[in-house]
Amino acid sequence: MLDSNKDSLKLEAMKRIVAMVARGKNASDLFPAVVKNVACKNIEVKKLVYVYLVRYAEEQQDLALLSISTFQRGLKDPNQLIRASALRVLSSIRVTIIVPIMMLAIKEAASDMSPYVRKTAAHAIPKLYSLDPEQKDQLIEVIEKLLADKTTLVAGSVVMAFEEVCPERIELIHKNYRKLCNLLIDVEEWGQVVIINMLTRYARTQFLNPNINESLLEEGGEKEFYASDDDEDDEEKKAEAAALAKRKPYVMDPDHRLLLRNTKPLLQSRNAAVVMAVAQLYFHLAPKAEVGVIAKALVRLLRSHSEVQYVVLQNVATMTIKRRGMFEPHLKSFYIRSTDPTQIKILKLEVLTNLASETNISTILREFQTYIKSMDKDFVAATIEAIGRCATNIGEVRDTCLNGLVQLLSNRDELVVAESVVVIKKLLQMQPEQHSEIIKHMAKLIDNIQVPMARASILWLIGEYCEHVPKIAPDVLRKMAKTFTNEEDIVKLQILNLAAKLYLTNSKQTKLLTQYVLNLAKYDQNYDIRDRARFIRQLIVPTDKSGALSKYAKKLFLALKPAPVLESPFKDRDHFQLGSLSHLLNTKAGGYQELPEWPDSAPDPSVRNVEVKDSVPEWSKCTSRKERKEKKVEKPFYSDSEGESGPTESADSGNYGDQAVVALGSWNILKISKTHTHVLCASFTSDQSSGEEQKKERKGVKQRRSGSESESEEESESESSESESGSEEDSESDTDTRKKKKVWTHAHHPQHCHSQQFLLSTSVAPTSSPQVTPVNNFLSSSLASDLEGLSLTDTVLAPTTIAPSASVRMYELLHRITGEGLGVEYCFNRQAFSPDPHMVAVQIHFTNNTSCETKNLHIEEPKLQSGMRIKEFPEIDMLPAGESVSVVMGIDFCDSTQAANFQLCTHTRKFFVSIQPPVGELMTPIFLTENEFKKEQGESSHLHHQPPPHISSSSPMLK
Amino acid sequence: MIHSLFLVNATGDIFLEKHWKSAVSRSVCDYFFEAQERATEPENVPPVIPTPHHYLISVFRHRIFFVAVIQSEVPPLFVIEFLHRVVDTFQDYFGVCTEAAIKDNVVVVYELLEEMLDNGFPLATESNILKELIKPPTILRTVVNTITGSTNVGEQLPTGQLSVVPWRRTGVKYTNNEAYFDVVEEIDAIIDKSGSTVTAEIQGVIDACVKLTGMPDLTLSFMNPRLLDDVSFHPCVRFKRWEAERILSFIPPDGNFRLLSYHVSSQNLVAIPVYVKHNITFREGSSQGRFDLTLGPKQTMGKVVESVLVSSRLPRVVLNANLSPSQGTYTFDPVTKLLTWDVGKINPQKLPSLKGSMSLQAGASKPDENPTINIQFKIPQMAVSGLKVNRLDMYGEKYKPFKGIKYMTMAGKFQVRT
Repeated sequence: MLDSNKDSLKLEAMKRIVAMVARGKNASDLFPAVVKNVACKNIEVKKLVYVYLVRYAEEQQDLALLSISTFQRGLKDPNQLIRASALRVLSSIRVTIIVPIMMLAIKEAASDMSPYVRKTAAHAIPKLYSLDPEQKDQLIEVIEKLLADKTTLVAGSVVMAFEEVCPERIELIHKNYRKLCNLLIDVEEWGQVVIINMLTRYARTQFLNPNINESLLEEGGEKEFYASDDDEDDEEKKAEAAALAKRKPYVMDPDHRLLLRNTKPLLQSRNAAVVMAVAQLYFHLAPKAEVGVIAKALVRLLRSHSEVQYVVLQNVATMTIKRRGMFEPHLKSFYIRSTDPTQIKILKLEVLTNLASETNISTILREFQTYIKSMDKDFVAATIEAIGRCATNIGEVRDTCLNGLVQLLSNRDELVVAESVVVIKKLLQMQPEQHSEIIKHMAKLIDNIQVPMARASILWLIGEYCEHVPKIAPDVLRKMAKTFTNEEDIVKLQILNLAAKLYLTNSKQTKLLTQYVLNLAKYDQNYDIRDRARFIRQLIVPTDKSGALSKYAKKLFLALKPAPVLESPFKDRDHFQLGSLSHLLNTKAGGYQELPEWPDSAPDPSVRNVEVKDSVPEWSKCTSRKERKEKKVEKPFYSDSEGESGPTESADSGNYGDQAVVALGSWNILKISKTHTHVLCASFTSDQSSGEEQKKERKGVKQRRSGSESESEEESESESSESESGSEEDSESDTDTRKKKKVWTHAHHPQHCHSQQFLLSTSVAPTSSPQVTPVNNFLSSSLASDLEGLSLTDTVLAPTTIAPSASVRMYELLHRITGEGLGVEYCFNRQAFSPDPHMVAVQIHFTNNTSCETKNLHIEEPKLQSGMRIKEFPEIDMLPAGESVSVVMGIDFCDSTQAANFQLCTHTRKFFVSIQPPVGELMTPIFLTENEFKKEQGESSHLHHQPPPHISSSSPMLK
Repeated sequence: MIHSLFLVNATGDIFLEKHWKSAVSRSVCDYFFEAQERATEPENVPPVIPTPHHYLISVFRHRIFFVAVIQSEVPPLFVIEFLHRVVDTFQDYFGVCTEAAIKDNVVVVYELLEEMLDNGFPLATESNILKELIKPPTILRTVVNTITGSTNVGEQLPTGQLSVVPWRRTGVKYTNNEAYFDVVEEIDAIIDKSGSTVTAEIQGVIDACVKLTGMPDLTLSFMNPRLLDDVSFHPCVRFKRWEAERILSFIPPDGNFRLLSYHVSSQNLVAIPVYVKHNITFREGSSQGRFDLTLGPKQTMGKVVESVLVSSRLPRVVLNANLSPSQGTYTFDPVTKLLTWDVGKINPQKLPSLKGSMSLQAGASKPDENPTINIQFKIPQMAVSGLKVNRLDMYGEKYKPFKGIKYMTMAGKFQVRT
């Protein structure tokens, strides 16, 4: 049928083949016939052929090659779905010969226009890697490129690829850290899980332990010490705290805070895996005071399917050991129902036991009492053990528990009795003196109990405390000697033990019995028992050549034994990342990435900040300065445009007249637009934003309007405030920024006195920015910079001639490495260059990173295109070590984007540098009053005007 | 991530397998069968089973085990949640998710699995997107396809996949625009012997069925949102709006979906709508036991308690039960010892009761445990927490939709210990 001309017949044939594959039947014989149809026009046939190919290509590599050309054609198809699926299949067929083709295809697809294809490319990376690990380096390049992608669609997949190919290359994340945090909420749920897990690891390497210092959080030392109550640890803790107090107080890195803030809403996700991922992130990263928020969400998951419950309870059990307080309010949620599967019951029991404390022990014990009556015997046994653990942990109830357990000894069910005996034995060891009655009672039980473990326990108890029950012990030994041959091995060993101990304490009565038992054991089938018998005989029975050891026999056998500690099996499991497979199994699973410990000593903060932060430009010692700058600029750009044209916002404000309706329209265009419409729509959006902002201002802040709008407003304002404070030349500006921001917004939003509320809204604000990001990917670069220039000016509120504004894009002129410690950056400050109006003002910013001063900074030998002119800045005589200085020079680029090349000279060296202006910067600044501006705007709404540079910050205009 | 998937039916046969990477031999399932044998009940099979080279993660639903084979570290919940999503999708497509349904639609199942995972990593799990890629099988479509030769595989990339609202497809059109919301609350409770409440809490969900044209933007507000203690949303709900104003604002997916699930803060006392009087005794020595059960309504705010179903697993020594219900019917399965009593409505004037005797195994001693009684019931037109929807508004579209809200209270895990 596959050879038929009719698609319907082919389809029918393919369906049958796929059904065979599904059932696990071998259909590889049909490979040649199927492969022919790979070029079939019918899309369903094609898909089924793909399914077949992916399954069998590995086995028939040569024949599979026939299909490659079809895929290569598919990769060029205008339909993105076909491009993507061609790449998918091509990368899935696992034929080593085509590795280069795959590599090429992935590289191409990584720069595809369609984010969907890029996503597929990200998926293809781990496939290729598993096929040929030698491609790793090239693949990392692709990953690096895709990591920089700004669409939510790609983010999850590329992080997945990162985790599979190069999880150790944590430095690739630095540049993308903030972006990932901000995009997180809009990434699809599966991607969220992967990203959160990766960021947990990342944060562990980059930030300080938030619980390390109590001075700020008013809480005790490291969490490692939290769980233990030992005095020793307490002292250590104090010492630690003292040492810490000397250090600078802990301030949470703003990026650390960003991560916590942006993941918190995800606790509300419907996807259990996401909730768990956030929970483990908080558990591993958050300050102790904040971890509590995850409890509620985790308890909610207990309503889900039993498999989910199983995993969640395992994790909760681990958490309860460290942070009991967190789940105490939810104690009742862990009560056990008779319909729960046994494994869930046992886990819940574990959690209940961990949660038991002086205050709630009575309710828990009452609960346990009902559990003991359950029909599920495994569960009853677990309950008894749990009671034992409660009794050991909480001294007050020990006697109550013990009495309860003793009552259980008369239970009809043997398993229950046996388990009780074992637990009682452990409890008795703690205070044997007071309980000889119980021991006697148990000695009587030995006639009835058959479970070997219980018998062994009783025998051990009697042997250990034979001095407390001097009359009964020999009698028990007599009985046991009678049944010795029929006992289980474990019981036999204990009989020997008992015999030895009795021989030492009461040799008169038991000498013969002991020898009899030893003789029996001598001929036992089990070598362990024979061995033990020989050992005991040598040790205790005095002979002529008895060694020195026999003198110490009594000490050996009757040494005081420490009481066993009944511990949770979940103790110390938290060295595995919670929520991971390894944690669940308590063994390291393949491919598990260790969760790194917090950096012990505070890592050099400047180093850390350089890597992950785009903070103040004056902060020296930075390596990736350029990226930092770029990122800083991007943020206001997105959030600004988002504030006005984001789909959610505009859609929300639907009842605010035409403006909003138009905004909605613009969003629709954005969504469906192809490349050519973007120019239009982008400018449209920016105009739109200007209009709306004006409108808003007119209405003023006095009335609080629909949430979304005010949010967007807040957002853009806080953004600008952020960038403003970002320009502070203060290395401690992190906290300042925060404070300042608050103050700032308070001033502008008196109705928002709720600072918490405000923080919340800002915390969510940036997250919605990616909703418009797809636009950017289609934009030609020049337009992008153009646009950027436009929106940037929004944030430059009152630039002065000298102070460099961080929100203006800084370009690197001379890297500090190549400049031998001299770092030079420039920006277009968009002000009139007073000496010559035809020139563009370029602000140059020198930073001296060396330890000695630099002298005579000036420009020499400009190599300019015809017509271009340069006005040099006055020579800088001296730049002391560590200082920085800004100057302004003018360049007439003649309206071209050609670079201006010149030499930058110091007293010792010369550096060749060049300045290339982006299109958007080649503008003449003009002054306009507000009315003029509006007029102009009305006339030519699509022309971008150079903003009036000195504009009061309260002016509503788009500058 | 996920290497392969095996579907195993109740009798232990693998009836479907799918591999996303190199094929894994189905003999890997032997470890699973071993674990299955060890566990007495299918629910007791551990969800995660380590084997020398692989890890098996399974979920059990609709009497089918979905066994995923994975090879390296992956969050187990990730896999479990995905498998459940697969089951939900099958149910969505075929109405039921049974072995027969899967076998009948094996090609669609295969196509679905192919779309849902790529190289073991989830690709498209949103049912709206999947439905655009692969149209659900209907009789009409099958007929049309055979005649016209068209396919039920979409040719275009689903628009949702790329948009900012991936859960909604574009170009939705309805002649009747309607939006229905069901507020369903479940009471989870454990009542002890004496009739006092050990623990009780209310869990609620709002399920929606939205059939609206275009891209509507809905807001739903509550009279008393403070009641909601812990919530989880469908991804469409705007979280910051909820945080700020306690209003649900969202662009809904098309069709049925769960908008919200919530938990009512445990500080509020829960009104328990039914009470049970029970007297189940076994006498030592005799082979008879007495069984006496009466149900009654309380705190129902004048609403009728419907669809009451009582079930209880009697102790193993009970051979048979000879009971007479005052209303409804009862059954007793002597093998599983499961007693179920379908009561129906509770009439406050004439309380339903079930009385009679049980015959026990001769010679066996009195069982020392008493059975737990599980009760199911429904109370329509009432949300037991008192949650009330204030209003539903629509923006973004011109037409007037038809809106409806329904309330309902149900028993969740409602147990009475005796």
